[in-house]
Amino acid sequence: MTSPSQTAAAQSDSPGLEPEGLKKEKNSKGGELVGRSPGQLMWARFKRDRTGMFCGIVVLAFFVISALAPVIASLYGKDPYTFYSNSDPNLLDEFGFPSGPNGGVSGDFWFGIEPQLGRDLFTQLLYGMRTSLGISVAVTILVVITGTILGVTAGYLGGRTDYWLGRVMDFLMAFPSQLTFVAFMPVVVALFVPPGDETPTYIRVVALILVQWALGWMGLARLLRGQVLSLREREFVEAAKITGASPWRIIRKELLPNVVTPILVQSTYMLPLFVTAEAGLSYLGVGIMEPTPDWGRLFRTAGNIYESDPTFLLFPGAAMVIFVLCFNLLGDSVRDAFDPKSGR
Amino acid sequence: MLPFLFRRTFGAIVTLILLSAVTFFVFFAVGDPALMACGKNCTADNIALIHQNLGLDKPLPTQYWDFLSGIFVGRDYSIGHCGAPCFGYSFATKQDVWSTMIDRLPTTASLALGGAVAFLVIGIGAGLLAAWKRGTFLDKAVTSISMVLSSVQIYILGPIVLGIFVYSGIMDSPKYVDLTSNPAGWFMGLLLPWLVMSTIFTAQYTRMSRSTMIEQLQEEHVRTAKAKGMPARYVFLRYAWRGSLIPIVTILGMDLSSLFGGAMITEFTFSLAGIGRLAIDSVTTLDLPMVLGVMLFSAALILVFNIIVDAAYAFIDPRVRLS
Repeated sequence: MTSPSQTAAAQSDSPGLEPEGLKKEKNSKGGELVGRSPGQLMWARFKRDRTGMFCGIVVLAFFVISALAPVIASLYGKDPYTFYSNSDPNLLDEFGFPSGPNGGVSGDFWFGIEPQLGRDLFTQLLYGMRTSLGISVAVTILVVITGTILGVTAGYLGGRTDYWLGRVMDFLMAFPSQLTFVAFMPVVVALFVPPGDETPTYIRVVALILVQWALGWMGLARLLRGQVLSLREREFVEAAKITGASPWRIIRKELLPNVVTPILVQSTYMLPLFVTAEAGLSYLGVGIMEPTPDWGRLFRTAGNIYESDPTFLLFPGAAMVIFVLCFNLLGDSVRDAFDPKSGR
Repeated sequence: MLPFLFRRTFGAIVTLILLSAVTFFVFFAVGDPALMACGKNCTADNIALIHQNLGLDKPLPTQYWDFLSGIFVGRDYSIGHCGAPCFGYSFATKQDVWSTMIDRLPTTASLALGGAVAFLVIGIGAGLLAAWKRGTFLDKAVTSISMVLSSVQIYILGPIVLGIFVYSGIMDSPKYVDLTSNPAGWFMGLLLPWLVMSTIFTAQYTRMSRSTMIEQLQEEHVRTAKAKGMPARYVFLRYAWRGSLIPIVTILGMDLSSLFGGAMITEFTFSLAGIGRLAIDSVTTLDLPMVLGVMLFSAALILVFNIIVDAAYAFIDPRVRLS
């Protein structure tokens, strides 16, 4: 049952798609016309976008480096927890700041040393990125699943379901999101841990994921609801209904393939937002706590010591700016590749 | 207009009641809030005060009702009467929650409104400039710079700006000075926070105003105006710009709550004592009445501004019927 998505794509995009699809086929197959899936066309368009390809590679590199953080750290020979100034007191001066120039950047400590504690910044950044990206990816996946299910359901079923889901979305959107994250973090943590006890890190991670998930899915759900509202009146859905397909089958086989594009585009826009939000929470001191490395916590330290050791901000800051910038550019490229008409 | 305002106000009140209920039950159903608030260094006095404060012996719905009615008619505690908008007393400072919030409000209001003015003026200005000089080097420069700046978070830019302007001695540390008594000091004290806060917002306004302006310039009425021989500048600002305001107002409405979030991070970065800072401090000390008060108060503010933004549609575009 691949035809509906192709018909839909051809119907909506026919002026832009057909010449492109045909020309390519003529070159490669000697004039023979072969159908190409929208996915193949999208990939072909994306490959031609140099900014998009470059940013895609950079973003991918961030994920690979974060995922391989323990491997890289063991090759590099350090970990983010050890106080290296304990074994070598010469690393920090009498005020607790790196004695070497530029925040202690050297062949041994590539990105320098954390003042006061003497930890290695390079491994802290690696592990910190791993924490932040891991949490954000989990949030994105949960948000996409929830938003898709609820949005498509609301749009397809309509009527009372749509009305009440709409009210729930309106209500959740009334929460001032960042403030709610901050306010609910300790409460969600308290759900799992009795007061006074030490909170294990994984509980904080779960809490961070839960609060961002609970308030993150409405935008996507609303968008998909709108799309499905117009899709469900189309002929291929009607045809499926007449053949006696169940609502679940129609949602799965007819509607979902047609909303893959907005889902992909939205998730590339959402992920950097979740990364910065998670880092923001740790920056404010309600997210990930010491000693677990976290991208946002590095900015907290960097802000406190910036006056005496500005280098500490350089590497985590530059990494985050590059990551967010590239992810945003990638989002634009993905959108352009799926919908060449949208333009910038 | 009036029925619209009435309907929206009613909706906002229902939302606020629901929001307060959800927040209240989440906060007070997760265990003894007195224990949670006390944490490790808990004294019997503290627990007693907290129990008194909240009437914890009563069932939850009664507690919620007491809280809600306290906001409108005030509440009597054993330590004394708490006047009309009563949100209870802070666990940490033993201060009245409402007066603490009112105390902190001017800082956050100045920060958020000033920041909004900054990113609207800079963002829309840059977008108009880029649309006016479309395709030139200037257009590309404006678009790319705004793209890069939007990726620099407040907590990265803040310390850098402090390093350049404050630690070097060029400017004083950012601080809140009362607007009415010292307008110049108010402006200079908040200038850096405004600019830093506006960077993450500016880019989307630049993009949006640039692309809608380009769209608008191709509209029929703009072409007609040009054909009549109207000055290009006049057509650009009066005809095209008005049409491009609608999408800008739409994203402004969606940005209101992130504006508050931005203010919170900015207050933290520049050590300004506003409502956002209050929220963070009370969360770290598990000061539940304060957190609850701040949540409700800021949600109410955001809802009010949402209504204002929606009403602004009708003024910008007469075709919009508020029904």
